[in-house]
Amino acid sequence: MSILVDQQTKIILQGFTGDKATFHAKEMIAYGTAIVGGVTPGKGGTTHLGLPVFNTVKDAVRATGATASGIFVPGPFTADAIMEAADGGIRLAVAITDGIPAQDMMRVKRYLRRYPREKRTTLIGPNCAGIISPGKAMIGIMPGQIYRRGRVGVVTRSGTLGYEAAAQMAALGIGITTSVGIGGDPINGSSFLDILQLFEQDQETDAVLMIGEIGGPQEAEAAAWVKSHMSKPVVGYVAGLSAPTGRRMGHAGAIISAFGDSAAEKAEIMRDSGLAVATSPSELGATMQRVLADTAAAAGTARPGTTQ
Amino acid sequence: MDIHEYQAKELLSNFGVPIPRGIVAYTPDQAVYCAREIGGTRWVIKAQIHSGGRGQAGGVRIATSEHEVHAAAADLLGRRLVTKQTGPQGKLVQRLYIEAAVPIAKELYIGFVLDRRAERICVVATPEGGMEIEEIAAQSPDTLLRVVIEPAVGMQAFQARELCFGLGLDAAQIPDATRAVIGAYRAFRDLDATMVEINPLAVTADGRVLALDAKMTFDDNALFRRPNVRELRDYTEEDPREADASKFGLNYVGLDGQIGCIVNGAGLAMATMDMIKLAGAEPANFLDVGGGASPERVAAAFRLVLSDPRVKVVLVNIFAGINRCDWIAQGVVQAARDQRISVPIIARLAGTNVDEGRRILSESGLKITTADSLADAARKAVDALDAAPRHAAGTAGADASMEATR
Repeated sequence: MSILVDQQTKIILQGFTGDKATFHAKEMIAYGTAIVGGVTPGKGGTTHLGLPVFNTVKDAVRATGATASGIFVPGPFTADAIMEAADGGIRLAVAITDGIPAQDMMRVKRYLRRYPREKRTTLIGPNCAGIISPGKAMIGIMPGQIYRRGRVGVVTRSGTLGYEAAAQMAALGIGITTSVGIGGDPINGSSFLDILQLFEQDQETDAVLMIGEIGGPQEAEAAAWVKSHMSKPVVGYVAGLSAPTGRRMGHAGAIISAFGDSAAEKAEIMRDSGLAVATSPSELGATMQRVLADTAAAAGTARPGTTQ
Repeated sequence: MDIHEYQAKELLSNFGVPIPRGIVAYTPDQAVYCAREIGGTRWVIKAQIHSGGRGQAGGVRIATSEHEVHAAAADLLGRRLVTKQTGPQGKLVQRLYIEAAVPIAKELYIGFVLDRRAERICVVATPEGGMEIEEIAAQSPDTLLRVVIEPAVGMQAFQARELCFGLGLDAAQIPDATRAVIGAYRAFRDLDATMVEINPLAVTADGRVLALDAKMTFDDNALFRRPNVRELRDYTEEDPREADASKFGLNYVGLDGQIGCIVNGAGLAMATMDMIKLAGAEPANFLDVGGGASPERVAAAFRLVLSDPRVKVVLVNIFAGINRCDWIAQGVVQAARDQRISVPIIARLAGTNVDEGRRILSESGLKITTADSLADAARKAVDALDAAPRHAAGTAGADASMEATR
């Protein structure tokens, strides 16, 4: 198992024929991902990379049976693309694009709630690296070769810090079930908490690494949930220890503007909630290794998390 | 993006928020002329800089004669105003806003924010206006009124009415106050603001409702569809390096340390800064080269980082996903040659096309120290800083590195 995507997931790409989508579509296909086509309004009926192009998401879903979509359209049109995916029956939408107006995201989230829970689209992103289930499939822009398959779940706001974590763990022989980039925007589709809930239910995930950063309430919410509901160990890290107050650090959502927004405060909340907090970004892998060893010792079983 | 008070007031006024009569002045003579135009016998002269706390910093003056208007304007213009938000260097006052002074009976606070927890626009209001909202929240949290707005239908009149009654306004003032609140909400929504603050929203001695101070911040991601907001951007209020950076698609924030950082990804950039700090030094900047960085963009990043004379070492940390290590390496080599960079460069490359990137660096013949990991890179950068001459003179460390390589 893994969460959200595997090799059976049929995926379309919105904005399929654009440069970025084309480059990453090739990478995803080479990785073994079941990309079944794409959508570019006005280019329906043509083929691209040997796959069918459709004018609308509904057409694409009808013809291919796709259940997931990777969204690569430019920021000004992303909200529209997400809502089209939701209306077209896509169950998992992964919005890679950044530069989406915050009020567009506010409306998107309201729109997604129109659908009953069992039909509702799960949105990942925007402004994220996407999702990868190593050895199975990826919807996103990450370098697939650095990920090792295994039993640790990763959820991160930052794309590149997710790569960093994957590389550190791979060097220690620790693999990943699924790595989910939830994105750096102030309003995003799925929160840390949403993804932790999925990892808690996933039988192949033994532990979770959660990589946060300054700004916003989501790390604290997730930590509170871990304390009260999570049976699996969680390692935490918060980037931005040296970030000044009131300055936006690259990501639209990475700004210390309220109590509890700073890296130190969030790390403290994580620690109080029972997470093992990595003291530096170079300790992500080592902290996970220690936690896995402790868990295995406590359970008296073989060390989990490594590749079989 | 931030704008000036007078610009915020003009925008809000277009949405029906009542404001006092006011005019912008750039010289003391203009200030007197403005006061004459506005009429009356009492004026407020307000320094226009992008910062709160101007009143406490002496940036707001009352004048009761044309002579006093002139004197206040002469004193404020050209002065660096230091508020608790500007830092010790303060901000240069280049324009003033002259307003009719009005006798105030009551000062209220009303603020609109994009609430990240609710993922909606929220209104926060309190009858204890005039102070900073942080102080009010700390001192009298019970007075805070909060309304969350449903995005599908927007703010309703009843919500504004409830708020205005909650603020203790008289029945006679409710229609005007309600109009002001709804107007501010519409300005927030229609102009893609991320913050609108009216503090104080005043009730005058003769019972009128007026926005005496206003602050608006806008969503950078939405400026593409708000040309009339975009043109209000005042580059002189921004760090020139940050303004430069945005032209190259770079994200730069200047800090106080000596190790310049060039990183891809906001999270990794923050983590790199954290590593430098943990290794015992301070980062000179945050810099995210963004996705799909070309050699030109990397070269621009070097120029920007080295324009800070405090920078003694440059640390390049790239974990390429959407980027390619070979392009980054080309950019590093190109910059090192063209800009004759002589400060030590530590480069850590990983991810897409990493072998090609490392080959380009090693075959360049340039003295670029490579690092295998984040920790290794931070350690080497701090070592290089410790080895750098203490009293490095000149800009961009050019002289310093001559000595270092001698």
